Amino acid sequence: MSYEIKLDIFEGPLDLLLYLIRKNEIDITNIPIALITAQYLEYLEMMRSLNLDLAGEYLLLAATLVHIKSKMLLPPVEGELEEEEGEDPRAELVQQLLEYQAFKEAALSLDRRPLLDRDLFTRGAPEEALSAEEGGEPEALIEVGVFELVAAFRRIVAGLERPEEMEIDAEKISLADRINEILVRLEEEKQLTFEELIGERRERRRIIYTFLAILELMKLRMVRAYQSGPFGAIRIFPAVEEE
Amino acid sequence: MDEKVAIIEALVFASEAPLTADKITEILPGTDRKGTASLLEELIREYEQRGGGIFLAEVAGGFQFRTRTEMAPWIRKLKAARPAMLSPAAMETLAVIAYRQPLVKSEIDRIRGVDVSGALKGLLEKKLVRIVGRKDVPGKPIIYGTTRKFLEVFNLKDLSELPTLRELKDLQTAS
Repeated sequence: MSYEIKLDIFEGPLDLLLYLIRKNEIDITNIPIALITAQYLEYLEMMRSLNLDLAGEYLLLAATLVHIKSKMLLPPVEGELEEEEGEDPRAELVQQLLEYQAFKEAALSLDRRPLLDRDLFTRGAPEEALSAEEGGEPEALIEVGVFELVAAFRRIVAGLERPEEMEIDAEKISLADRINEILVRLEEEKQLTFEELIGERRERRRIIYTFLAILELMKLRMVRAYQSGPFGAIRIFPAVEEE
Repeated sequence: MDEKVAIIEALVFASEAPLTADKITEILPGTDRKGTASLLEELIREYEQRGGGIFLAEVAGGFQFRTRTEMAPWIRKLKAARPAMLSPAAMETLAVIAYRQPLVKSEIDRIRGVDVSGALKGLLEKKLVRIVGRKDVPGKPIIYGTTRKFLEVFNLKDLSELPTLRELKDLQTAS
């Protein structure tokens, strides 16, 4: 049985790029394109290895980045020295990023407004479609984003000492089992760190299934992830049922 | 309380949707727009001074009693419902539409760098976004805009009350 996990919490390639720019504390108008391209491709590779559904847009931006990088390496073509030299191959992308960033911030400021049926209510209004939404698009309330989770996952995988030896009789774990196991443990302990959930046996397979199980549970809104600060331990809590 | 203020209070209370000042003027005998506006102001002030659980909000071109945000935790208990929430993808899509409307889907796709079909469908279903028409270009793409309900949900008088997109302005003056 194969699981395909689609991450609706990913807001797209521009979001990933902005994340990398922020992470590296880079000036958005002066992006070191080689560095960012390398990191971007690394993330894509990781997502692919996790079997995450990579939308074509991610690949398109990868192609754009590589194209810009190659353009910046080439000496300017003769004859376009005068006017064309001032044209930065990154300009269009920067424009697009700034525009996206502005809307991303606008979205956040919209969300911070007092919202009807969340922060304020009208007189005995019937439940509106907004709250009565069932089975529609999954709407994630995520305190720790998927990027942080992916970063935590990488750290743990990087900490594996040696490549595992092939074991034909390896313990068979399924994603469903792992999900149930996590839910049971969370019910008992109320909160667990990502590392505690993985446990002592640091096998690649186990780590990956734990990671996928948490992503799935976050998507189903059965758990929530919080982080105390950058690089802090990620804590997983059972989502409190408000029914 | 001034009798006219009392009447307005009753009208707003009994109205299903935000009640417009025009409608109030129409109903109240011997008032003009200006008179209604100052009576409404008086009513708003009275609720402010009273410091109770509700206030008179000016939203979506009308007036409506709403609970104060401080009361939200208790009302959520009453309604026993999860607070209404939009996904980040839906919020971003909505922000693009709110600020750039009227616009076609391909423009939203371009700004967000992803295909927004899913998010757009959700917003249409929630009636926060509507189809305003078709653009007169080949293919006649659909043009989208926000609805009155968008203003109601986001507690906005009108679209001009949206906070300005600071970064975009800076960008345009810089280039």
